[in-house]
Formats: sequence, C-alpha cells, structure tokens
Amino acid sequence: MFSRDRWKEIIEVLTTNWFRTLLTAFGVFWGILILIILLAAGKGLENGIRADFGDIATNTMFVWTRSTTKAYQGLPIGRRFSYTTDDVAAIWAEIPGLRFVSPRNQIGSSEPNVIRGVNKGAYNIYGDYPEIIRQDPLTITSGRFINPLDIQESRKIAVIGQGVVQDLYEEGTEPIGSFVTIQGVNFKVVGVYKKEGNEGNQNAQKEIYVPFSSFSKAFNRGNRVGWMAITAQDGMPITAIKEDIFSLLKKKHKIAPDDKRAVGHFDLYEEFSRVESLFGAMRFIAFFVGILVLISGVIGVSNIMLIVVKERTKEIGIRRALGASPFSIKLQILMESVFLTIISGMFGIVVGALFIYGINYVLDLSGPVDMFMSPTVHVGVVISALVILIVSGLFAGFIPARSAIKVKPIEALRTE
Amino acid sequence: MGMIEIKDLHKSYQMGSNSLHVLKGINFSVAPGELVAIMGSSGSGKSTLLNILGMLDEANEGSYVLDGVPIKNLNETKAAQYRNKFLGFIFQSFNLINYKSAAENVALPLYYQRMPRKERQEKALKYLEQVGLKEWATHLPSELSGGQKQRVAIARAMAAEPKVLLADEPTGALDSKTSYEVMDLIQKINDAGNTILVVTHEPDIADMCKRIVHLKDGVIVEDKKVKQVRAADYV
Repeated sequence: MFSRDRWKEIIEVLTTNWFRTLLTAFGVFWGILILIILLAAGKGLENGIRADFGDIATNTMFVWTRSTTKAYQGLPIGRRFSYTTDDVAAIWAEIPGLRFVSPRNQIGSSEPNVIRGVNKGAYNIYGDYPEIIRQDPLTITSGRFINPLDIQESRKIAVIGQGVVQDLYEEGTEPIGSFVTIQGVNFKVVGVYKKEGNEGNQNAQKEIYVPFSSFSKAFNRGNRVGWMAITAQDGMPITAIKEDIFSLLKKKHKIAPDDKRAVGHFDLYEEFSRVESLFGAMRFIAFFVGILVLISGVIGVSNIMLIVVKERTKEIGIRRALGASPFSIKLQILMESVFLTIISGMFGIVVGALFIYGINYVLDLSGPVDMFMSPTVHVGVVISALVILIVSGLFAGFIPARSAIKVKPIEALRTE
Repeated sequence: MGMIEIKDLHKSYQMGSNSLHVLKGINFSVAPGELVAIMGSSGSGKSTLLNILGMLDEANEGSYVLDGVPIKNLNETKAAQYRNKFLGFIFQSFNLINYKSAAENVALPLYYQRMPRKERQEKALKYLEQVGLKEWATHLPSELSGGQKQRVAIARAMAAEPKVLLADEPTGALDSKTSYEVMDLIQKINDAGNTILVVTHEPDIADMCKRIVHLKDGVIVEDKKVKQVRAADYV
C-alpha cells in the first residue's frame, strides 16, 4: 500500500488530466468547507447567546405576584397580594431539592433616588441576601459583597456598580467607606461590582445592592417580599418542581388553585432548555446540509472515477494481461479515490480554518457583535470530518473499482 | 513432453439464442523452441485459440497443459499469476501504457512479480538494449514510431522471461519493411531458444516461422513444418 510505485502511479493518473482532477476535488473541497463553516457559524451563535446568559444559574426561576383572576373563599377577583418572608420559610420547609430561595425587594429608578455630595442619579436599588451573587453572578472588583452578618444586624451598607461609581464619584476617589444617600437614608459603601456577560447593557452596571433586612427597615417593607429567585439543586430541573411551589404559594395566599395568572414567574431553565434545543437543531442542520453537500461532492468523485475506469479500460486490460491481479487493480482505483478525497478534503478543512480565523480576526477588530462570538470548530468535528472523508472516498471508489475488475482483459484489449 | 499440449479443445459463444461454435476440437502441441504461425481467415477461430492459450479466455471443453501445468478452472487472481509467470504477450496495436516511459512499460510485468525497483529498472534496460532501444528508455510511447513501439512491446513480453511468447498479428499495424524488422527480432528471440506462437493472416510472415498451422472454421486443416525464410534477408 505504501509502495513508491503505487503512489507514483496515483500521482501520474491524477495529474494526467489536471483540469478534471481539480473539478472533481472541488466538489469534496466545497462540501467539507460548507460543513465546517456551518458548524463554526452555529458555534458562534451558540457562544454569543451563552455569553448573553452570562454565568447566571440557569436552573432558576423568578416568582412574583399579580392580581387574582378568580374569586376564591369569599375573596374578590382582582385582589392584589404580596409574598412575605414566611413564604420563604415555608418553601424551604416544604419543597425538597432546592438550593437557593432568595427573597428580593426593589426600588425602581424612574427619578433620581441616590445622592452623594453634589452628585445624584437614578438607580435600581435591591434588597438582597448574600446567596443572590451565586444566582445572578457579579464580580466584586473591590471591597466585598453582602454577608449574613449584614442581614442579621440590618447593617446599612451598600454594594454599588461600576456605573454608579463613574456617575457619582470624581476620578480617583475611593468609593469604599464613603456614604451614599438612598431615598434619604445613608448607606456605607463596602463593595464595588462589575457584571460580566451583558456587555452592551450599561444599566446592569448601575445597580445598588443592600442587605434585605436593612432594605425592609429603611424603606418600610415590613415582612413583604417583592419577588423571589429560586434555584433548584443540580440534576433537579426547577421546571419539574415549580408547580409544587405555586400550589404552596396559592394555598398560603388563598388563591384559587386553578388561577393561572395570580402567580407570575419566569422559568430560566425552560428558556435555557429551549435555547439548548435550538443549538441542537442548529448543529443538526449544519451537519445535515454539510454532509449532503459533501455527499454530492463524493458522488462527483465516484462519477469521475467511473469515467476514468472507462477511459482506462484498455490499460486495465493490458495490466491484467501482464499479470495484475484483480485485487491490485481494485486497490489502485480505491486508493486513487481515497487519495483525491482526502487531499481535497484536507484542503477544504484548511481553507475553512483560515476562514474562521479571518472571521475571528475581524470580530476582534470590530468589537463584540450581538448574538455572535468566536466561531470555532471542535477538533473532534475535524477528525470526524476526516473519517467521513476516508469512508466516503472508499465509497466513491468502490463502484468504479468493481466495474474495473469486471473488465475482462480480452474485451479490454479489443477496444481500440 | 511438449511446451503446449492441447487436446480436443472446444469453444462456443452464446449469442442470444444462437450458439456460435468457434473451436470444434483442436488438437495440437508445441515443443520447446518452436516458432509456430497460426494462420486462418477472419472467423477461423485463430484469435479465440490464442486467447485461450493466453488464459484470457477459457475453453468449454478439452484440456490445455502448459509446460506440465494443467490450465483449468482458474480464478482471475490465479490466471493473472500464470499469465505473468508463463506468458508474454505481443499485440497488433502494441498496447503500451501511454503515460509510462518505454522502460516503465517494459518493467511493468516485473512490478507484478514484486521484483524490487532497482532490479526491475536494470532488467528493463537490459531488454530494451536487446531490442535496440536503450537510448529511448525514457521516451513515452507517443514519441516512438510504430516499429519502435512494437519492439518495446516485445521487450516487455520478454522481460518476465516467460515460457511462451504469444504474438497476435504482431505486424498487422506495420508496413512491410518494419514488419520484417520485427520478424527479424522475433526470429532472433526464437533462435535463443524461446517458444513463440504467432497469429497472422499474412503468408509472408507465416513463412518466416518454422511451422504453420492452418485453421479453418474452427478446426486445424493443415499443420506443416516449413523451411524458415530469414527476415534478415529482406531488411
């Protein structure tokens, strides 16, 4: 198989008709190129969307309240209600498989609500538990985040975003240890954060986190809870247990069990699974289209090999008269086919890689693009593409090789 | 013991519903060192006989023994081996491989004998020298004249050192001057002790052999020894 003469012959045959060889090779080249580009584009989209999700704990849902849409136990339709800290305790007590249940409160930012010295600004203010940092991650760039002691002692401390620092502080001023006035109440800044992921979203950097207990006291929330972020343990999809949580909440707040609208929620896991299945579908389409294009290339190779065999009928006849065994003829045709497929396929892979490299280079230069980020192709994919190439080369050569050994030397020698 | 022993050889071709009986019981034998002309008009079965002798085709009936080896029920791989080992072919249309040089063409049967590359090249050159074409070793067939091509083909047939050379109308595509040159070469090879069978329909070519076998309608009608005319006299 690795005899020098055989390779010499393969090269000789393939270079006898350069133009035809190139055209044939182009089919396979194009197929593998399309496959790689499609897969890379899919991966780029996937990376982009994943980056938008950031490091957020995806097995999470958010629950809030809305007005009831059914009268129940003598209570009227359209009633408003609030969750309380009791609900948090009840969920912990009655629903197994949960990791975090974080009650949250919020003050909106429609008008300036934070003052520092002569500067003021409008920011979202959140009352939170320390766990929230593991559900909706943020990076502490200096100082610290809220800790359990802050909650226990209702300390009036705040963790502010980099955007807030930019707005309220002069260049070079150290925010840690300074005070900000939130709706007339002073909070001591203990930490500065930065949010990764949502690059485009400057608002995410302009938030202020204070301990949940301090928030409730400072802004008169009593034991009320604005909404909750609930994360289930790994391996236990929140989607599977969310109905239990809804039932519990409905029972506690005297809401009709069949009232679908009273408990509002957003299921991140479900949303994420949907996106995941979209990724899966994209990969499938990329493979499907890519392999179809590749197959048409392979059929091209097979076709040309058939023509080559036909053209070389006489030569094959001569060889067999001189003592070439059918196996040797078959091997020759198969190797030509596999060689042509692999060479053109490799070329396709290289060009595909260069193309992806170019795209990445342009992306790096022009900065981040929405929903698209570092398109790549996994090495495993490239290897499997090579395996597909070898197999399809064999496949492409098989029929021509069979027709080559069907040639009877005597008939072959008669063709003039 | 003859080089070729043929007994009661029959061959018929199926043409749709008709059966064409081409060889109707051929008996003949060839001793080592003979130069035999097989003559006959077209349709007499001479090419069929040669194809069977060359293991390119198989007889329906009868026996064929080549140098003591019965040629029977060969599969393609075995037939290829025997052809390579026992037989050298010379064709009317030369049948050189056109993208290979003269030397490579001559070396081809040796390649199928799995002879090492170096040895193969040396041997090819040696045989090209014998046919007087050593200087043309690196030329492609398209750069050679008809007579030269046939001489390359003869060198190729000789290279494997076969027991029998089979020539199918070796001069059919050549003018008479080159024909005689080629026949001269064949006679010289025969003089060296090689057994050669020449299929021809040209009486002057047949006269240059030592024995003429006449075929007509699938049977041997005449088998006679003749006084050999030396081709060299005409060159």
